[in-house]
Amino acid sequence: MKSNRFYIIIGTLIILSYLATAFINNQYYFFAGFAVLQLMVMALAWNILGGYAGYVNFGSAAFFGVGAYSAIVVLQLFNANLLVQIFVGGCFAGLIGLATGYLTLRLRGVYFAIATLALLVVAETLIVNWDYVGGAAGAYVLPKKNPTFLGVLIVGKENALFGNYKELLFFLMCLIALATIVICRFVENSKFGRGLAALRDNEEAAESMGVPTLRLKLIATTMSATIMGFTGGIFPYYMTFVDPVSAFNLDISVNALAMPLIGGTATWLGPVLGAVILGTLQQIVTVTISSSVNLLIVGLSLVIFVIFAPEGFLGLIKKIYRRGE
Amino acid sequence: MFSFELLFNALVIGVLLGGFYAALSIGLSISFGLLDIVNIAHPAFIILGAFVCFFFNSSYGLDPILVGVISAPVFFLLGTLIYRIYYGSFEKTGAEALRGLAFFFGVMFIIEVILIICFGVDFQMVQAEYIDYKASFGVIDIPFRMFIPFVIAMVMTFGLQYFSSKTFFGRAMQAVAQDSLALRLMAIDPAKIKRIAFGLSLATCSIAGALLVIVIPIEPSVGRLYIGQVFAIVVLGGLGSQSGTLIAAMLLGMVESLITTFFGPSWSPAVAFSALIIVLAFKPTGILGRVGDTRG
Repeated sequence: MKSNRFYIIIGTLIILSYLATAFINNQYYFFAGFAVLQLMVMALAWNILGGYAGYVNFGSAAFFGVGAYSAIVVLQLFNANLLVQIFVGGCFAGLIGLATGYLTLRLRGVYFAIATLALLVVAETLIVNWDYVGGAAGAYVLPKKNPTFLGVLIVGKENALFGNYKELLFFLMCLIALATIVICRFVENSKFGRGLAALRDNEEAAESMGVPTLRLKLIATTMSATIMGFTGGIFPYYMTFVDPVSAFNLDISVNALAMPLIGGTATWLGPVLGAVILGTLQQIVTVTISSSVNLLIVGLSLVIFVIFAPEGFLGLIKKIYRRGE
Repeated sequence: MFSFELLFNALVIGVLLGGFYAALSIGLSISFGLLDIVNIAHPAFIILGAFVCFFFNSSYGLDPILVGVISAPVFFLLGTLIYRIYYGSFEKTGAEALRGLAFFFGVMFIIEVILIICFGVDFQMVQAEYIDYKASFGVIDIPFRMFIPFVIAMVMTFGLQYFSSKTFFGRAMQAVAQDSLALRLMAIDPAKIKRIAFGLSLATCSIAGALLVIVIPIEPSVGRLYIGQVFAIVVLGGLGSQSGTLIAAMLLGMVESLITTFFGPSWSPAVAFSALIIVLAFKPTGILGRVGDTRG
């Protein structure tokens, strides 16, 4: 895709998502749309490390949860607003990501995978035992009434940018998702991205050609964790209630990992496609059957895709396309 | 609130818990330690074994350990089947690092959801005469719900250790771990040995599952909590070393029991995982690392 056309599409999508909040009245669409977008951002973030560098992160939920709880902490401490919460959530998750990466990325890749899983449980246990943020019982987040930003009323019944919080959050999530796509696309085309691809294909060869593998891996881990933290930071407002079980759930990890592997890990389009297809399917199944069945769908499609379509959905399309020529 | 009575009891329970943990992780020390197969679904297979025991115990009144031993061959066959798929799809093409890991992660969720659909999310437990029995020696109490699993676990651990160091096949397993290329040059198929060894590792899940359902009530997603324990133990013990695994399990069992007694049970899940992170960061070869291990 040419650069100009890409940015025009991104710009159009931003405007469209705002118009959607103005003209669509059924609130369920924003609720479901937010869930799909959240999956998409998590998948894109996972793909920065998993797809481009080939390091499996099982602990996406840890970074997500750290983001969510950082948001709660700044809310308790300073009564901070939504944007500050999201920002702090991202930064803190990024720091944790950097620390985890620094401790384990010098070892074989599988140790990093196991360590991220370990991080998830350690973080959850800490939060369960920390009463300030609600402990095991969880914490409520009550949206502020009539918030203003630079003198403009953001959420209100009349003369405001958004009719209610669900619409505002949906629009913010759209912005985060589009920004993440831009970042991922930039990474793919940059020297940094080529370095990651080199170390994915053969780490020793890359190292001996002068690619600073550890530094690249650390940057990728921090980026990925920061984006996951942003997503986590917005989560308390969306749910209005957070507890350790929902913020540090392994289901978040499996989704973040399954979407790119199902869609295709080579480009940003893969996670987006995976999240849109699987996320929408999950929303439908949750409403019509049950939420435990939607995990079964994720598990089954993950196993089937990694065995039979190693390049993911995009790879399948390419194969069919090539055969047609 | 410190008292020696409490300390002694915590230590005894720690040893029993350690033995039980050894049973949970001994299979993984074969698959992850020797064969390099990162079976993240290992605890999920243990839960599967536990639910098989629960089913036969609640429906037909069979002893859970007996069921565990009888179903072990079935798990063995399941293991060889899974390894066939794993080898054909990932190991042969060198894709095990990313997609192989994801494969087992997916398998874990499939097992979990199937169990949820079959048995629901309630906690289940088994009935047997010895479970509620308790032996007292002065101030020390030994509950049989911990002691019986401990004995079985010891038999299993030492049996496997004897098997892998003394028998022909056991040594073949070690050989695969050491240098599978050399094995291939001897006209032996490493994939075949690995298939049987992986079957063996799943067979231990069946028995470990029986022990698990005796020790605590189970529900389908409780396996997630044990991922940390088993991987911490296997890494801490030095990959592939059965005696190392036993020592690490004992250590972890005692630390966890002490933490639970003196700080409260809500802190205990973090123990194993913190231990794992510390070991990975500072001594990735573990207590009894394999000689010539270049994978650290």
